[in-house]
Amino acid sequence: MNFKVMPFVMAAVTLLFSVNVFAAAPIRIGALFAVTGPAAFLGEPERNSAQMVVDEINRTGGVKGQKLELVVYDTSGDATKAVQLATKLIKDDKVVAIIGPSTTGETMAVIPVAERGHVPLISCSAGSKITDPVKRWVFKTAQNDSLAVGRIYEYLQKTGQTKVSILTVSDGFGASGREQLKSQAAKYGITIVSDDTYGPKDTDMTAQLTKMRGTNTQAIICWGTNPGPAVIAKNVRQLGIKTPLFMSHGVSSKKFIELAGDSAEGIKIPSGKVVVADMLPASDKQKKSLMAFVRDYKKHYSAEGDHFGGHAWDAIMLIRNAINNGAGTAAAIRDQLESTRGFAGIGGTFNYSPQDHAGLGKDAFVLVEVKNKDWMIVK
Amino acid sequence: MQFDQILQYTLSGLSTGAIYALIGIGFSIIYNATGIINFAQGEFVMLGGLLTLSCLNVLKLPLWAAIPCAIAVSTLVGILFERLAIRPLRHPTPINLVIITIGGSILLRGLAMLVWGKDTHSVPPFSGDAPIAIGGATILPQHIWILAITLIIIFINKIYFYHTISGKAMRACSYNRRAAGLVGIDVKRMVLFSFIISSAMGAVAGIIVAPLTMTAYDVGIMLGLKGFCAAIIGGMSSGLSTVIGGLILGVLESLGAGLISSGYKDAIAFIILLLILFFRPQGLFGKADSERV
Repeated sequence: MNFKVMPFVMAAVTLLFSVNVFAAAPIRIGALFAVTGPAAFLGEPERNSAQMVVDEINRTGGVKGQKLELVVYDTSGDATKAVQLATKLIKDDKVVAIIGPSTTGETMAVIPVAERGHVPLISCSAGSKITDPVKRWVFKTAQNDSLAVGRIYEYLQKTGQTKVSILTVSDGFGASGREQLKSQAAKYGITIVSDDTYGPKDTDMTAQLTKMRGTNTQAIICWGTNPGPAVIAKNVRQLGIKTPLFMSHGVSSKKFIELAGDSAEGIKIPSGKVVVADMLPASDKQKKSLMAFVRDYKKHYSAEGDHFGGHAWDAIMLIRNAINNGAGTAAAIRDQLESTRGFAGIGGTFNYSPQDHAGLGKDAFVLVEVKNKDWMIVK
Repeated sequence: MQFDQILQYTLSGLSTGAIYALIGIGFSIIYNATGIINFAQGEFVMLGGLLTLSCLNVLKLPLWAAIPCAIAVSTLVGILFERLAIRPLRHPTPINLVIITIGGSILLRGLAMLVWGKDTHSVPPFSGDAPIAIGGATILPQHIWILAITLIIIFINKIYFYHTISGKAMRACSYNRRAAGLVGIDVKRMVLFSFIISSAMGAVAGIIVAPLTMTAYDVGIMLGLKGFCAAIIGGMSSGLSTVIGGLILGVLESLGAGLISSGYKDAIAFIILLLILFFRPQGLFGKADSERV
């Protein structure tokens, strides 16, 4: 063996391996979802969807030849845990971006961590205060509550129903909805004649509804996530209340119809387009993404994809597009995200800008009604 | 305030209260036989509902067969719980036992989450869901089932505790365990019996309420706590006072939500609980030495 060539051989081998390592080093994306705990109905489909898109992307060759790697942590809906895990993602896992958390409370807690760590955070929760005011590193894919409230009020105004009763769940989602319902009412000429709440675990809401029946209300708006709204739908039917019933986008899945059964008929909700994907006209810009999401979700998990999962789908796709456009570092991904225009995802068509990190317009929601155990678009 | 509104509040309250009562009696039976507050009682309510669902959907049994099947399996879980978690303790202190039951309840809930998932499930009503009008108020056929089944169970309970040997033996244990042991009553067996009865009753409560409220792996927590309140109001008696305690709690909650504010609904239950514990720890109707069965 000629020892003089040894260093060259060594160098060549090292180089060979390092190139190899370079090519194989996947781009790491962090994810914080409430897979267990009270917000599991959000976290589980989000985790599933995110994993599904990443797998699909890797199967078709990754992004610009590089594979993606998703590092998922379960926050169990706990803000303290979310902060610890976010720090871990940034410090130990060295991720280029974080998607999640699932709830507004957790997101608000994680924001300072992402801002300090200079890592883009794409939240999957709905609270409007996440991106209002705009924070440099924080984006979101879930539609603002205000858009959903606007959709209902617009319809009520059009049909001349101006006296409404609201029944909201006493958790973060309901509180935020209640705030929006109250603050936007005047703008649409609507008066709230009765304002009640119920607990997330309550099993009978006839008392609140009886009270509403005693007023001159023209519509009842209920803001909550399963199972409460299904109980309310059943109670309304039991009491023989004929006043039209509206619900929030928190119940926009087949699960709600399954739980409420016949009582669900005629209930209207503002919803992301995913529940009516196949009914959309071909001209709808989101149709292609929606159909792909629904099809893939069915294939991977043999379950209906819902719009919660859609938030995670959108987040991963946004990051993929950013990397596709040449972004390699966390800072470059942030800049690319901010310049996203006209991305037709699951939640709507995203147009981010330095002034707007929520990115969605009113067209993100359609008003749908339960007819024959399925969602129909209200014309 | 109109009369039909009050009537509706009362009827809604009575049917929720009947469920609290059934769960509450489960608490008291075990308490009287063993001195334990069994915090896993709520989980049997959850098991009842979810097992019925499995019997219906997986085993494809008709409803009349699914219900006894679900009760039987829940009772079996109750027996296993007593055998594996309670009996092995040689010299249990009350605090040991309470912590064991809390641990048991977390275990059961976790297992249920793995078996049935985190979703809420609906169970079909026993006999349709066409509302029935009573005065200006309306109730569902299921409400009548709930009230009727609760009454029947209380009646059977009464007969068991006052007119059968093992029922009398159990009462003897509740008065004085050592004396009962001395006259030849197998106290350990009575403890097992108390778990059998209360897990079966919890399951029944879970089954009859499931069509109205739906069921999920975590329904046991809140229902268990409310049942506990009912038992406290009734002074931990396994007779009529706990039933009345449950009904009072249900009606007050419903009236409170309707007339004062729905935000305070749960607060009402727990304020009552605290007041009773402060001022009448022997229960609302109890003399200092109440009918403890």
